[in-house]
Amino acid sequence: MIVAKYRSREVISNYIILIIFALIAILPLAVLIFNSIKPQMEFGVNPLGPPSEIRFENFSEAWVKGEYAKVFFNSLKLVAGSVFLCLAVSLAAGFSLAKLNPKGSAIIAVYLLVGISIPAQLYIVPLFLLWKEIHLLNTHIGLIIIYTALNAPFATFLIRSYMIRLPDELFEAARLDGANTFQLFFRVALPLSWPVILTAGLIISLAVWNEFLFALTFISEEGFKPMATILFAFQWRFENNYALQSASAIMMVAPVAILFMLFQRRFISGLTSGGLKG
Amino acid sequence: MKIFSNKNFVAWYFVFPVAFIHLFVIGIPSLASLALCLTDWRGLGEINYIGFENFIELFDDRYLKKAIINNVIWTIAFLTVPVGIALTCAYLLTGIKRGQMFFRLAFFFPYMLASVINCQIWKYLFHPIHGLGGFFERIGWDFLAVSPFTMKSTSLFAVAFVDGWHFWGFLVVIYLTGMYQVDNHLYEAADIEGATKFQKFRYITLPMIRPVFVFSIMIIIIWSVPVFDYVYILTGGGPAYSSEVIANYMYSQAFERFDVGYSSAIGTLMFFYVMIIVALFGLFRKAGWDI
Repeated sequence: MIVAKYRSREVISNYIILIIFALIAILPLAVLIFNSIKPQMEFGVNPLGPPSEIRFENFSEAWVKGEYAKVFFNSLKLVAGSVFLCLAVSLAAGFSLAKLNPKGSAIIAVYLLVGISIPAQLYIVPLFLLWKEIHLLNTHIGLIIIYTALNAPFATFLIRSYMIRLPDELFEAARLDGANTFQLFFRVALPLSWPVILTAGLIISLAVWNEFLFALTFISEEGFKPMATILFAFQWRFENNYALQSASAIMMVAPVAILFMLFQRRFISGLTSGGLKG
Repeated sequence: MKIFSNKNFVAWYFVFPVAFIHLFVIGIPSLASLALCLTDWRGLGEINYIGFENFIELFDDRYLKKAIINNVIWTIAFLTVPVGIALTCAYLLTGIKRGQMFFRLAFFFPYMLASVINCQIWKYLFHPIHGLGGFFERIGWDFLAVSPFTMKSTSLFAVAFVDGWHFWGFLVVIYLTGMYQVDNHLYEAADIEGATKFQKFRYITLPMIRPVFVFSIMIIIIWSVPVFDYVYILTGGGPAYSSEVIANYMYSQAFERFDVGYSSAIGTLMFFYVMIIVALFGLFRKAGWDI
């Protein structure tokens, strides 16, 4: 009995500490949500609390002033393009590294592993000058190619570790039926790989949606900027208008929050499975 | 799997796109940077070979020295505070039954948010008139009367705090994956021996999660090198270089002063530092440290 009592006290103290840290993680987000529906006038008297009147007009006002329809479209274009291109090349490479094992493919694997840990500061200047030379600055396709290269090593390894567990017998049977390597890839490997395609797609989307450094460097023309850098500019333009700033931030967070609620496990397992800087 | 070995060239077709794009975007520009660091190129005009002059200049650059020191402080701060909190929370989480998933999601969610968002939240919260400062002032406490981002003594720690706030939930999840694999019998045996909570943590949990723990230490050291977003957005390295870090300094050298040779030299330095860290951890593993 004494043991049980000691245990229950221990559990209560566990909960208290965990709740404190959960509040530290979540309360700042609650303040952001409150601010996004708070009238600008109220900020002087009520900095942290919930708003006395709910004002959804902040969103429509921010949407118009920030021209977010266009900005969202820019970001979506970058996300869709990067996810498509990155998945296409990574699926092929992951398949080859998992099931075909061409001679010397270890070199590619090592190269990609080293590639993950190269700091962007090493190559960003020559890349910038190269992009300027071949007229890819201020284009979405230029940024999509960069995002593909940045995320491909991670996606390739994720896909490889998934495909390696697909049973070899399936491929051997298909081979005996006369399938060539491309058919093995499209007809056997791809249909079985949708879970890893979904996970990798979500992680790439998140990385592209949130990316700041390359978006800042490679897109300087206002009309082409994605959410992250527009929000940064918006914070300067409307420096003291916290209602508009917060409403804009919520618009950028909302898609992430919704997808996270739907696919928590995929996000968590995908993000913790390899070196992807968040 | 050897059955396709006669189709070697087809297998290479599949790897080629990734290799090509990665070489084009990262590999070749990296090599170019490793070469340009020995020149005085400014992005235009002719390229002159100047040997190690950039590096000699580097070692005399007191702003860079400040930035390097700040990066070291940053690394140490991240190796202690978030690691300590995350270990505590993960350990406590394994000791409860209800609400585990809720806490995991709550801790992890900030990690999903963009740097611009996190910076905006904390810029507001640390605002001297609004945010926490305004709140405490109203209850008669002049805590945070000045934004910590604008004071020389606190700017670096304030920026590191914001990045750490967004990052530590990631560590919790990593440590949890390790802790779930610890055999419960070990804890039961320790309970019978009358071990305290801390003793159980120190002598059972910590040794058992060593692989994930070492992994987390390695990525913190590596990820602390190219820290950029939070510094650039929150303070721009100021005031008076008090929160300057290497990546932000390099960025201003490259894109404000267009000193390609010099910024390549800084990038080269960062690259070799990271490679040495990676190689060291690789060596430890080879030496049988079981990490």
